[in-house]
Amino acid sequence: MTFLIQQTLIYAVPLMIVALAGVFAERSGIINLALEGIMIFGAFIGVLFVRTMQGSEVFTAAKAAGDWATLQGLEFMAMAVAALMGAIFSLLLSFASINLRADQTIGGTALNLMAPALVLFFIRIIANQNTLQMAEGDAASWFMIKKDMFGYGRSDSMGILGETFINRTYLATYLCILLFIVLAILLYKTRFGLRLRSCGENPQAADSLGINVYKMRYAGTTISGALAGMGGFVYSLTTANCTANGDVAGFGFLALAVMIFGNWKPLNIAGASLIFGLFKCIAASYSSIDINGDGVFLLADLGISAHFYRMLPYLITLIVLAFTSKNSRAPKAEGIPYDKSTR
Amino acid sequence: MKQRFSAWMQKEAARSILASILSILIGLVVGCVIVLIVAATSDNLSLSSAWDGIRLIVGGIFSTGRDAAGQLTFGFNPTNLGNMLFRATPLILTGLSVAVAFKTGLFNIGAPGQYLMGTMVTLMLALGIPTETVPAALVWIIAFLGGCLAGAVWGAIPGLLKAFLNINEVLACIMTNWLAANLVTWMFDMSNFKNVVENTKSGYIYKTTYNGVATPKMGLDHIFPNSQVNMGILIAILIAILMYVIMSKTTLGYQLKACGANRHAARYAGIQDKRNIVLSMAIAGALSGAGAALYYLAGNTEFYWSTYQSLPATGFNGIPVALLAVNHPIGVIFTSCFMSMLDISGLQLTNLTAYNEYITDVIIATIVYLSAFSLVIKMFISGRKKRKARQTAAVLPQPDTPPAGETPPPAPEAQKGGEGA
Repeated sequence: MTFLIQQTLIYAVPLMIVALAGVFAERSGIINLALEGIMIFGAFIGVLFVRTMQGSEVFTAAKAAGDWATLQGLEFMAMAVAALMGAIFSLLLSFASINLRADQTIGGTALNLMAPALVLFFIRIIANQNTLQMAEGDAASWFMIKKDMFGYGRSDSMGILGETFINRTYLATYLCILLFIVLAILLYKTRFGLRLRSCGENPQAADSLGINVYKMRYAGTTISGALAGMGGFVYSLTTANCTANGDVAGFGFLALAVMIFGNWKPLNIAGASLIFGLFKCIAASYSSIDINGDGVFLLADLGISAHFYRMLPYLITLIVLAFTSKNSRAPKAEGIPYDKSTR
Repeated sequence: MKQRFSAWMQKEAARSILASILSILIGLVVGCVIVLIVAATSDNLSLSSAWDGIRLIVGGIFSTGRDAAGQLTFGFNPTNLGNMLFRATPLILTGLSVAVAFKTGLFNIGAPGQYLMGTMVTLMLALGIPTETVPAALVWIIAFLGGCLAGAVWGAIPGLLKAFLNINEVLACIMTNWLAANLVTWMFDMSNFKNVVENTKSGYIYKTTYNGVATPKMGLDHIFPNSQVNMGILIAILIAILMYVIMSKTTLGYQLKACGANRHAARYAGIQDKRNIVLSMAIAGALSGAGAALYYLAGNTEFYWSTYQSLPATGFNGIPVALLAVNHPIGVIFTSCFMSMLDISGLQLTNLTAYNEYITDVIIATIVYLSAFSLVIKMFISGRKKRKARQTAAVLPQPDTPPAGETPPPAPEAQKGGEGA
C-alpha cells in the first residue's frame, strides 16, 4: 500500500503541475499544446544543471559529508533553473501566437518537434549517446529523503504516515504540491487571477476595461512554460532517475487530457491527476504491486499482458473524454488570437 | 517581364511558394547557426568542422564522402538521390494525409498511429499469406489494401469522436497514437513474424522478401544504382495526383473543403458535416496506412517491433510536409522530396562529422514554427513587393525564381535562387 501511494504520487504530481500549466495558458486564451515539448526541454536543462553542479566543490563536499540540506538546495535550484528555461522556451509560443497571431496548434506542435530535436542534438554532443545521465551516483543517493536523515536507524519504523509520506520521497513532490496550492489561490482569489481569466473568456471586454490583453496572455503562457519546464524536471528526477533522453512518454499530452477532464479547475485537476497517476503507476509497476500486503501480486497473477496495462492510461483518457466532453466548459476565447481591431 | 512578374506576385500561389522558400531558408540558417554556436563553444570541435557541417546541411544530397586527404567531396551521387526518392515515398503519403485533414479543418497529428497500424496489418498479411498457394503479386496487393484499411479504421476513431462527441481531434489523435504503438508491439510480440533467423538482428520483424513479396523495381535501380528506390514512388505520385483530382474536381472534395471552411454553414447548405469529418479522417488514415505499406513492402526495410515507447518520425514529418506545401496535394510531392533530402543530409552529417542527424529535426521544427504564422510572412512578402513597386528603380527578379504553379524544386541551388527573391 505504501508503495502504491508513493508511486501514484510520483506520477500524479508532475501531471498535476503540468496540467495547471495548461490551465494558466488556456485561461489566458492561449492553447498550450507545447506542454510536452517544454517538459522535455525542462527535463534536459534540469539534468544538465545537476550534472554540471555535481562537478563543483561545494556539492561534492556536501555529498561526501552527508550534508542533506545542501543537496536538497541543489535539487531546488535545478527545479528553478528548469522553470526559468521552460519559461524562456515558451516565449517562442507566446511571441508567435500573441504578437504574430499564429495558429496556436501548429505553433505548439512546432515546439513539440523542436524540443526533442534540440535536446537530442545537444545530448549526443555532450554525452555521445542518447541519454544524459548524472555525472555520478543516481537520483536516489543524491536527492531522496530517507529516514536516517531524521535520526531513525535502518530498522526503525517511522509509523505508517512517516513511511508513506516522508521516507523514500522527494522534496520536489511536496514543493510542487505547495506551488500548486499557491498558484490555484493566485488564479482564483487575486486581482491578477481574475484579470487573467477574463482574457480567456472575453478579451474584448477585458480590454475595454483597461486590461492589457497581450500582457496578460504573455503572463499566462510564461507561467505555463515555467510550470511545465519544472514539471519536466520533476518527472525526470522522480521517475527516470534524473536522466534526460528527449522524451517524457506523452506526459505533456496526458496533462492536457487531465486538464480537460478536470474542467480547467484546479481542485478537479488535482483529483483527476491522482486517478491518472494511479493508472500510470499500475502500468509501470503492475507486477510488483501488492495491494493489501499479503504477498499476493494480484495484478500480475491475473495474467493480462503487460502491453494492456501500458495501454490503459491512454484508453482511460479517451473513454473519460468521451463521457465528460459534453459538460466540459473550455475558456471561451481560447485559441483565438486577440485582435484589437475586432473589439 | 517586370510587369508579368509583378502580376505573378499578386497570385496567392506565388506568395505561398515564396513564403515556403523563405521558411526553408530560415530553417537552414537556424540549423547552420546552431552548428556554428556548438563549434564555437565546444573545446573539441573546431570551426573547420562547423564549416563541414554547414556544407553537409545545405548540400548533403550531393555528398560523395571524404577523399584521401580527409576533405569532403561533392558531386552527383545517384545512390543518395535514389534513397531520397525512396524515403520520400511514405512522406508523400503521410503529408497527403495531414493535408487532406487540414482541408476539412482537422489537424491530423494521428498520422504516426495510422502509419503504425498500416505497418502492422501490411506486414502480417505480406508475411502471413503463403506465397506457395497465392501468387506474390496478389499478396502484395492484398497487403497494400489491408494497410490502407487499417490506417482508415484507426483514422476514423478520432474522426468519430470529433464528429459525435466533439472531442478535440488533436488530443484524440495523440491518444490513439500511443494506443497504436502499444497495440502493434503487443500483436507482434504474440506473432511468429519476429526475425529469429538472423541472430544479429534482435527485435526486428522479417523483411517481406522472406515470403517472396517485394515491390518491383521497374528499372529504377538501373537509374539509381545501389539505392532502395522502387515502384512505390510512382504509386505515391499517382495517389497524390488522384487526391488533387478528388479534392478540387469532385463533389466529395468540395464538401470536405466546405466543412473545413465553416462546418455550420456547410450543414446549413445541406452537407452532412459529421459524415464528412469521419470520412476525411478515414481518408487521411488510409493515406498514412498506404505510406507504411509502400515503405515496408519494399522488401529491403525492416520493422523494429518493440515500438511502444516511440512513434515513427515519418508520421510526424507529414505535418511539415503538408504545411510547407500549403496543403496542396501536388506540392506535397516536392516538399516531401525536400524533407527526405534533409534526412539524407542528416545521415551524411552523422557519418562524416562530429554532429548528428538531429540537427535536421531542428530545421524541420523551425520550418513548422514559421509556417504557423505563414500568413504574416506572406503579408511581409507582398508588402515588400508593393513598396518595391512604388520605387521606380525596382530590382529585377532573379531569373531562376520558380515560375507560377510550380513548387520549389528541392535542390539546394534553387534555394539559393530564392534568397534573392
